[in-house]
Amino acid sequence: MSETVIKCESVYKIFGENAKKMLEESNGNVDAKTFQEKGCIVGVNNASFEVAKGEMLVVMGLSGSGKSTLLRCISRLTDATGGKIFIEGQDLLELNNKELIELRRSKMGMVFQSFALLPHKTVVENIAFPLQIKGTKTEDSINRAMEMVKLVGLDGRENYFPRELSGGQQQRVGIARSLAVEPDIWFLDEPFSALDPLIRKEMQDEFLRLQEKLQKTIMFITHDFDEALKLADRIAIMKDGIIEQLDTPANIVLNPATEYVRKFTEEVPREKVLVIEDVMDTTSNDNLGDLKVLKDEIIENVAEKILTQEKIVAVVDSENNIVGSIKPSKIIDTVFGGRKNGS
Amino acid sequence: MDYLKKYPKLFQWLFLLVVFFALCFAIDVPETYKFIRGQAEFVKDPNQSVYFFLGKEVRYYAFDVFWRLPPLLGWLPIWINDSLFFLMNEWMPMEFWNEDTQEFKTRPILLQISRNLTAFMTFLIELIREILLGGLETIVAFTSWDFIDAYPWLELPGLPWTIVAAGAAILSYKLSGKGLALFAGLTMIYISIFGQWKPSMQTLSFILVAAPLSFIFGLGLGIAAYKSKRVEKALYPILLVMQTMPQYAVLVPALVLFGVGDHAAVIITMVVAVPPMILLTILGLRAIPPEVIEAGRMSGCTNWQLMLKVLIPTARRDILIGVNQVIMVCFSMAVISAFIGAKGLGFNLLLALNQLNIGLALEAGLCISLIAILLDKMSLAWANKQTDYFGNLTFFQRNKNVIFFAASFVIGIILAYVGTFIFKGSFNYLFEIPHNKGISTADFWNKGVDWIFDTFFVYIKAFNTWLIQDVLQPMRALYLRMPAVATLVLAVGAGYLIGGIRSALVVAGLTLFIALSPWWDRALVTLYMATFGVVISCLIGFTVGTLCFQNKKSAAFMLGVCDIFQTFPSFVYLIPVMMLFGITDTSVLIAVIVYATIPATRYTIEGLRSVPVGLHEAATMSGVNKLQRLTKIEFPLAFPHMMLGINQTIVFALFMVIIGAFIGTEDLGQYILKALSDKNGAGIGLTLGICVAFIGLIFDNLIRTWVEKRKKHLGIA
Repeated sequence: MSETVIKCESVYKIFGENAKKMLEESNGNVDAKTFQEKGCIVGVNNASFEVAKGEMLVVMGLSGSGKSTLLRCISRLTDATGGKIFIEGQDLLELNNKELIELRRSKMGMVFQSFALLPHKTVVENIAFPLQIKGTKTEDSINRAMEMVKLVGLDGRENYFPRELSGGQQQRVGIARSLAVEPDIWFLDEPFSALDPLIRKEMQDEFLRLQEKLQKTIMFITHDFDEALKLADRIAIMKDGIIEQLDTPANIVLNPATEYVRKFTEEVPREKVLVIEDVMDTTSNDNLGDLKVLKDEIIENVAEKILTQEKIVAVVDSENNIVGSIKPSKIIDTVFGGRKNGS
Repeated sequence: MDYLKKYPKLFQWLFLLVVFFALCFAIDVPETYKFIRGQAEFVKDPNQSVYFFLGKEVRYYAFDVFWRLPPLLGWLPIWINDSLFFLMNEWMPMEFWNEDTQEFKTRPILLQISRNLTAFMTFLIELIREILLGGLETIVAFTSWDFIDAYPWLELPGLPWTIVAAGAAILSYKLSGKGLALFAGLTMIYISIFGQWKPSMQTLSFILVAAPLSFIFGLGLGIAAYKSKRVEKALYPILLVMQTMPQYAVLVPALVLFGVGDHAAVIITMVVAVPPMILLTILGLRAIPPEVIEAGRMSGCTNWQLMLKVLIPTARRDILIGVNQVIMVCFSMAVISAFIGAKGLGFNLLLALNQLNIGLALEAGLCISLIAILLDKMSLAWANKQTDYFGNLTFFQRNKNVIFFAASFVIGIILAYVGTFIFKGSFNYLFEIPHNKGISTADFWNKGVDWIFDTFFVYIKAFNTWLIQDVLQPMRALYLRMPAVATLVLAVGAGYLIGGIRSALVVAGLTLFIALSPWWDRALVTLYMATFGVVISCLIGFTVGTLCFQNKKSAAFMLGVCDIFQTFPSFVYLIPVMMLFGITDTSVLIAVIVYATIPATRYTIEGLRSVPVGLHEAATMSGVNKLQRLTKIEFPLAFPHMMLGINQTIVFALFMVIIGAFIGTEDLGQYILKALSDKNGAGIGLTLGICVAFIGLIFDNLIRTWVEKRKKHLGIA
């Protein structure tokens, strides 16, 4: 694995008056119910994970599951009640105010569900805002902002006010603003949840295109499981402040860790999520047909080709070495059979 | 019995009214009771009862406690007065260096603070005044009288009016565009040609000091309250009382603390103008979506940057309304503070009103109103101004406004210089048109008034007599006929029915304060005038508002009219009514009605507007006609907001009733006005002011509680 950018070690966030004291007394055994009886609400409960450079971690959970709170702890918009958070090896909770501001100005960008644009500034002023806060010269910041306007495809609207834009366009401004300072770490808090389904899909594709180009380290919050599957390198599923499972999309679909996770995966069209590698047979097999498929192909894309074969299909890697095989019947099994077995 | 179960609230209210009237009939008017007029209350009468409290002697006419409560708080004004006197003259004496006499002098600390503050304010006002009108006080402040004697040419010459007019127009152009520039230019020319230049500039210099200071203090305290719950809790009750305190009442303590003059006027204007600014700042800051704040912090804002670049601009709308309020209050106070020696248009206005010279009053009033509207529009335009980053402008384009101003400056000076030759031996009209040497339409208006009076005298008089004899007098008598106990029961009962125990206790406390003060009768008279004004205002406001709402354009037009009317200083309303009805209660009441109709109309339109469009469509699809839609859908939903309008109407009406004391009424205002010329008036003025504020707060509490409950009930909170 490459370099770790974000690292959390049993992070807790508990709201309430004497949360800190109660957490200490609980000896790391936090039960939401008992805490609630004493007037404290558990937001994040013992979250530990790492995010590698260039990785996209999607945190998925229903409303109230603590996913936004977790994000706010990592961006230190709220202070975690307990645990440790490291950003590129720096202990986030140890930073003083000045260092924190410096960190945000140089390394972090954030996109918000309600866009959170400044209503009194135009598109280009909104995008240039983080730069101007940093003290960049007006001319330079405006030039940079204009580049960002082009990047998110809002050319010609740079002098519009947020209220004059549609939701999708407003979020483009939000994205451009968060990218203006060229941050390494990119936080996105349900960025597409307030948008229409069609616009949402368009923005997701756009977002993937951007990420391919920029290769940021990303924490992406969503309540939409399909969105998580589509975008994520790894998914963390949260419930009541606890991370139920943190794994690749394929593993979550194939091996749900808890009943709660399983419920989400039930309706998921596997052929759209899984790649050949996830279901192939790795034992060597001599009786291979002529057809070869790449191990990274999503099943849906090659299913038809494989199903029309009578023989077993060879699976190859990008250098054309055979790494495994797949029977046509396995495809049928995966697409139709998996749901009943729950495997 | 079924009805009782169906409408329990209705029966509770009926029961309350029955108890109230039963008490009214059961308790007879004591034979000795009379509504005491004028000075009689201060004459030592052997029939009076006496008690001592905290060493203060309180004399009063004793009645049956059911009829009128004894003035147990009668010592309060005297005590406040003595305390103020003690604080100013004896408390914490300290040694201060005296620049003039070159020696240490012992002075109470508060007096010293007051003197320093006074000197500072005076300096600020003089500075602006001398830039506009010329003078030498500012230079003296930096040097000495001897220095001026040695270099007499140092006196500031003052700007020719042409330059100020051009400056105002150019600034308006820069801020907003041609329309405002034209308005600014014409306003200035009007002021100058009509010979109101000097008083107008005096008023303007007063405003230019008071308004920015009020804005800064209001914003600062608002931010402090936003940041700290404790500050907010401490400020809130003061703000509430100040919001409903009549402006007259604060004048009196200011007299004691700061003496007479423009500086005292500025300080007292700040006292009145800061509270609404604070409230609106808090309101605006609280309404900012949390994500916007987070976005600011994630952009790496320091606390200062967050406040200045994110929070304040985002809350701009409410803060702007605050600025608007500040400007309105400043102009209003510019007139009222003429009572404590502020110079300028206000003084002229009061003088003209006193002499019943309606024409002159009208001209001065128009000047104030025009300047008020101009400043209001300019401040709005300034806040909405945008920067253009993309223009590749030439030097001339970028600096054209400065160049134009420099040019008009030079031209203005040349004109003024030429003027010295043209108008040799008389006034230099191109430099400054002296007061009352311009054109005046006063004669025309006065003749007009005379004509109206001669022509319609019979009708006006008949109307006046009818109103006073058949409506107002009986109404007043009825109000005075209420036994104190009955009134208390009614108020507390209403509080209980609307807001439960909590409201009942608040209302009881506020009412008791008034009942135990020596001015219960006066408060009843104030209440009767306010009630009359409010009822009529609401009738007019609701009708006009509803009618205008039927059409988008007329609604927008009406709101615009409300805006303009609201910008007029309250005193200006007295001019036209005195024109028609002279010095009677009718005049005051009509002024009250005109003034208080503004919020009633505004809130009606806004309330009706706030009814969701979806509901309109749902109603239309259910096949209702226009009238049904209005009565079944729009009114019930808009009613809570309209009630807030009534709340404002009550406050406006109370203010105007008190100001009406200038014309001569027999309510609390009369005593406040009297306290102004009484050397022990501070305590009386303040206590009276609190009484008026409490009347307002009783209604405020009841209405707000009701509105909140109702909104929750309707799900539109």
